[in-house]
Amino acid sequence: MSQNLFEKVWNDHAVRDLPSGQAQLFVGLHLVHEVTSPQAFQMLRDRGLEVMYPERTFATVDHIVPTVQLQRPFQDGLAEEMMTAIERNTSDFGISFYDMDAEYQGIVHVIGPELGLTQPGMTIACGDSHTSTHGAFGNIAFGIGTSQVRDVLATQCLAMSKPGVRRITVHGSLAEGVYAKDVILSIIRLLGVKGGVGYAYEYGGEVVDRMSMEERMSVCNMSIEGGARCGYVNPDQITFDYLRGRPKVPSADSEFERAVDWWKSRASGLDAEYDDVVDIDGSGIAPTVTWGVNPGQSAAVDEHIPAPADFPESERSGVEEALEYMDLMSGRPIAGIPVDVAFVGSCTNSRISDLREAARVIGGRKVQAGVKALVVPGSRAVRKQAEEEGLHEVFLEAGFEWRQAGCSMCLAMNPDKLQGREVCASSSNRNFKGRQGSPTGRTLLMSPAMVAAAAVAGEVTDVRSLLN
Amino acid sequence: MTDTTNVTDSTRAKISGRGVAVRGQDIDTDRIIPARYLRTVTFDDLGAHAFEDDRTSSDSPHPFDDPRFAGARILIANRNFGCGSSREHAPQALMRWGIAGFVAESFAEIFFGNCVALGLPCLVASAEGVGQLMSAVEEDPSRELTIDVAAQTVRFDDLSIEATLPAGLREQLIKGEWDALGQLLTASGEIAARAESLPYIRGFR
Repeated sequence: MSQNLFEKVWNDHAVRDLPSGQAQLFVGLHLVHEVTSPQAFQMLRDRGLEVMYPERTFATVDHIVPTVQLQRPFQDGLAEEMMTAIERNTSDFGISFYDMDAEYQGIVHVIGPELGLTQPGMTIACGDSHTSTHGAFGNIAFGIGTSQVRDVLATQCLAMSKPGVRRITVHGSLAEGVYAKDVILSIIRLLGVKGGVGYAYEYGGEVVDRMSMEERMSVCNMSIEGGARCGYVNPDQITFDYLRGRPKVPSADSEFERAVDWWKSRASGLDAEYDDVVDIDGSGIAPTVTWGVNPGQSAAVDEHIPAPADFPESERSGVEEALEYMDLMSGRPIAGIPVDVAFVGSCTNSRISDLREAARVIGGRKVQAGVKALVVPGSRAVRKQAEEEGLHEVFLEAGFEWRQAGCSMCLAMNPDKLQGREVCASSSNRNFKGRQGSPTGRTLLMSPAMVAAAAVAGEVTDVRSLLN
Repeated sequence: MTDTTNVTDSTRAKISGRGVAVRGQDIDTDRIIPARYLRTVTFDDLGAHAFEDDRTSSDSPHPFDDPRFAGARILIANRNFGCGSSREHAPQALMRWGIAGFVAESFAEIFFGNCVALGLPCLVASAEGVGQLMSAVEEDPSRELTIDVAAQTVRFDDLSIEATLPAGLREQLIKGEWDALGQLLTASGEIAARAESLPYIRGFR
C-alpha cells in the first residue's frame, strides 16, 4: 500500500506534534482578503509581532467591492474603512496586495490559480471556507478563522488536527448539459452537508480525470458545503498544462521540469489507502437544483419537490423548515419554479468556461421580462478575457448586466442584494436563509448554464432543452 | 480594539451558568451573524447582532430575545452547528452576547476550531443528551448548568450528561493554554528547517 496525496503533503509540512494532540503544520501559501484579516493584523500589533514570511502571503479585495461604481472613496463608509485597513496592513507588513486597479484583482480563489500561486503539493490557508477550491491542483487547502490568520501571519504555521481521507470516485461520463456543479451538488446530496466532517475529500475517476482545471475547482470549492474542510484532485498533465507560463510558476524549462517531477511524486499511489471510499455513477447525474436552505437539499431538474416523509425521521423537521421558508409545495416539479433574479458569479462558477457556457445557452435569447440578471466575472482577468471573446455582448444584448469582478451577490456584502422574498437562480455555493442579502430572500443553486436558462425562461428550466 | 483571544490568565475547566437552547439542524454561520455585519475592522459590536435575521424574520420569538434566557452562558444546539462560512465573527458574536460554552450533537470543523482559539469549550453529546438539556432549560430557564471539561459532563440538578471533547483540547482549556500562537512561536528553528526542505520555497532551483 502506498500513501495518498493528503498524507504525503501533510508529512511534508508537519513541523512537530503539539501537546494538544494537534500537529504544527507549515503553510506554504497564505491568501488574505479584506473581511477576515483586519482583526488579525491588529492582534499582531497588540502583541508586537511581525509577519514571519511576508513573501508567502498575498492579499486582494473581493467581498466588499462594488461591481458597478468603483470610485474611491466607496459610497459605503464601512466598505471604505475596510479597504483603507487592508491597504495599510499590507503596506505596513510588506505583503503583496492585488488592489482594485491591479491586473489580477478578483475573488481570492480565482486569482490564486490565475497567478499560478496555487500549485500542487502545497499547504494553502485563507480566512475563507472556500479555500478548498485550490485543492483542484492537488494540495491541502482549507479555510481558517481570524485568530488562525494571525497564527499564520506570525509563524507561517497552524495547529491542525489531521483528518481522514475519503476517496470519491465518479465513474462513467457526464451527459450534455451536465456540469461540474451538478457533480458536486449530487455528491453533497448523497453524503449530506455534514457527511464530510473529519474527512478530506479526494475526487477522482473518469469524470474528474477528464475535467478541466476550472471544472475541478468548482467541485473542490464546495467540499466545505459537504462538511469536508478540504477537497483535492491528484495533479496530472491537465494541471501542469494549466500552470505552465503563469506569472508565479517557474519559467525556466529546467525549473519547470523539476517542479512537474515533484508535483507528480505527490499524487496518490495507485494502491493508496483511504479511510473511506465512495463510488458514484457520473452517467446518472442530471442538471441539479437546490430546493431547500442547505446545499444538500437538491434534486434533478426533472424531479419533484420531495416530501418530509421521503427522508429519515431525524431529517424531517429540517425539510419541513426548508419547504416553509422556500414556500415550495411537496410534489411540485422542480422545473417551472419562477425566478426573480439570475446571478452568474462567485468563487464556484465565475471563470471563463462558466461564462462561455452561460453565453452558449443564451444563444441570442432575451432575459425574461421582470427578471434581473447579472454576470459578475470572478476576476479582472476573466472579465478582460470574456470581453476579448465578445461574451459581454452576448450577455448585454440578452439583457444581463455586465459587472466588475468580486464576490457580489453570493453573500451580498456589497450593494448587490436580493430584495424581500425574491427567488434567485444562482451559480454560487450557499442557499442558506438570508445568504444573498435579504433576510427572507431565497436561493436556488445550479450551474451557470442552468442560471442562464432560468434567466431567459423566467423559471427553472432544463438546460438540455435549450442546448438541443 | 481589545484582543480577547489573549485571555490566557484563567482556566476554562468549568463553565457554569444558565442555558439557552437554539433548536435546529445545520445552523450556519450566516444565520449566527449575517454577512452585512462583517463590514467592520473589529469584533467589538457583533454581540447585539447574533442571530439577527432569525430574530427578526420569524413569527415565533427567538430564544435570544426571550427575557427568560437573558444572561445565559451555555448554548445548546443540535447537529452540525456553525456550518458554512469560516467567519470567526460567528463565535465572536455569540461570545460577546454572553455565551461561554457550547453543547451540541455535532459541530462544523472550522467553527469548532475558532471556538478553541477563543477558549470556548464545544462539547459533543448524544441526541438524547442534547434533548434532555434543551427540555431542562426550556422548562426552567433559571436552572444552573455546569460544563465540566475534565469530567466530560454537563450537569444540572442531580443529572449528569456525558459530553466529550478531545483529550488534548481538554488539557488546553484546563491549563488555560488554548491560544495556539504562543506555542507555535516557540518552534522558529524547526519552522525554518521545514520551509528549507520544501522545493517550491526554493523556486525549484
